[in-house]
Amino acid sequence: MATRQTSSLARLMMAPSVILLFIWMIVPLAMTLWFSFQNYNLLNPANVSFAGLFNYKFFYTDPAFFQSIWNTLVLVVGVLLITVVGGIALALLLDQPMFGQGIVRILVISPFFVMPPVAALVWKNMIMHPGYGVFADIAKFFGAQPVDWFAQYPLFSIIIIVAWQWLPFATLILLTALQSLDGEQKEAAEMDGAGFVSRFIYLTIPHISRAITVVILIQTIFLLGVYAEILVTTNGGPGYASTNLPFLIYRTALLGYDVGGASAGGIIAVILANIVAFFLMRAVGKNLDK
Amino acid sequence: MARAVSTRRKIGFTVAAWVVALLIFFPILYTIITSFKSETEAIAGFSLVPSGTLESYAEVQAQSNYFKFFLNSVVIAVGSTILALLIAIPAAWSMAFSPTKRTKDILMWMLSTKMMPAVAVLVPIYLIFRDANLLDTRIGLTVMLMLINLPIVVWMLYTYFREIPGEILEAARMDGATLWGEIVHVLTPMAVPGIASTMLLNIILAWNEAFWTIRLTTTNAAPLTAFIASFSSPQGLFWAKLSAASTLAIAPILIMGWFSQRQLVRGLTFGAVK
Repeated sequence: MATRQTSSLARLMMAPSVILLFIWMIVPLAMTLWFSFQNYNLLNPANVSFAGLFNYKFFYTDPAFFQSIWNTLVLVVGVLLITVVGGIALALLLDQPMFGQGIVRILVISPFFVMPPVAALVWKNMIMHPGYGVFADIAKFFGAQPVDWFAQYPLFSIIIIVAWQWLPFATLILLTALQSLDGEQKEAAEMDGAGFVSRFIYLTIPHISRAITVVILIQTIFLLGVYAEILVTTNGGPGYASTNLPFLIYRTALLGYDVGGASAGGIIAVILANIVAFFLMRAVGKNLDK
Repeated sequence: MARAVSTRRKIGFTVAAWVVALLIFFPILYTIITSFKSETEAIAGFSLVPSGTLESYAEVQAQSNYFKFFLNSVVIAVGSTILALLIAIPAAWSMAFSPTKRTKDILMWMLSTKMMPAVAVLVPIYLIFRDANLLDTRIGLTVMLMLINLPIVVWMLYTYFREIPGEILEAARMDGATLWGEIVHVLTPMAVPGIASTMLLNIILAWNEAFWTIRLTTTNAAPLTAFIASFSSPQGLFWAKLSAASTLAIAPILIMGWFSQRQLVRGLTFGAVK
């Protein structure tokens, strides 16, 4: 029974958050949209003119654009595959009775707390370096030629690093979902003679399917924006081999000083993210009704 | 008989889980080990036994003034979190305790602002910051990270506040508690754990944010993310020094993370998985 007084108080309490987020969402986005139709280069700021769809056309006809879109998708799908499949396997393992479960959990979750530049540099220099990395040491031990990961497989190397960062997230969330699975149900299925595989397919997967969806959607949001890992390892190269859309926009904006072109790219990134966001919002929204 | 089998199974799972966990943790472990090596040791081939020298740590501080970056990280991460809490607590409070039919829409809309890719607004934010003289300032970055994390803060607080039973409020009112008494004696004690968890997770997120912190700073306000990223163009061999700097950059947050891992799930899935 909210009186009029309390409801206006409630509005007042919400106002700062709502107004701030509204400005934060509308102002920069409107500016990006506006810039995307302008010829605007920071090296020549006095000479701004209406460009129509030129910036979009420029982005669209640039071969780097399609490569970067492709790389973005490969990065997102690659990391999702590794983290979801690996996450399910790890969650199943961690759900078993064992000694030192708490410590194992802490070890597995740790990569998630490592800041992206540290994760990328550690992998680049200490693990994957062709001369001094651990992988090279292993290769030499077996008498094989060490692989120059970032020169030969730049995008794959970045996928490995990003997957390492996100595997803990997937594992933790899937483990949480697994642990809410009713133990009695599991036992009943076991009594009925259901083997591990059929229990997994008919009991476990349906139970954690919602958690899998959430993992996929949230990771996709973050993976579409991978930036620091590329900056400190390959810098987008060789050529454009490991340039994703955020990195291409960054290059256009802050290295090419092309405000118009970068803004057009930004609008394209917004459209991409919105497609994912639509599905995530539906998944989260359903839960709110409960 | 069955007991023996289950103990053997348990040992099997223990071995498997420890092997996998140590493999996943290995890059972090190896970084910590390497930070206690000298530079020549660090590139001398694989070894898990460092000489235990602290020279890399001393050098990191001497050469790059590490402490300044560390301080910037602390100020920006803690400052943006406290700012976000101050703005979000009233909002989450009113949405949890006097919800209207639009509350759900507002929450969903707040979440949607989080979906906006950072690069899409890089240019306007950069220009606004440049024109307002906010580039490379702690204030600018603190406000920026506050805005980025505000939706998550509101959401987390909302899911915690919603679990506080409304009957308690009514009971307090029956007993003649004033609004102020209600807040101080009834609600605050029940809300503190949720607020603390939210705070912890958001300090972690702000500490590790690596897009705006790198792009909007150069030297004065640069936090550890920018400092570490500056190692990407190496001048010679620096493995041990990089390891020492990395260890210092991740240690505090790693420890905080271990304590907050259970809240993490709720915070990062917006309550969709509990």
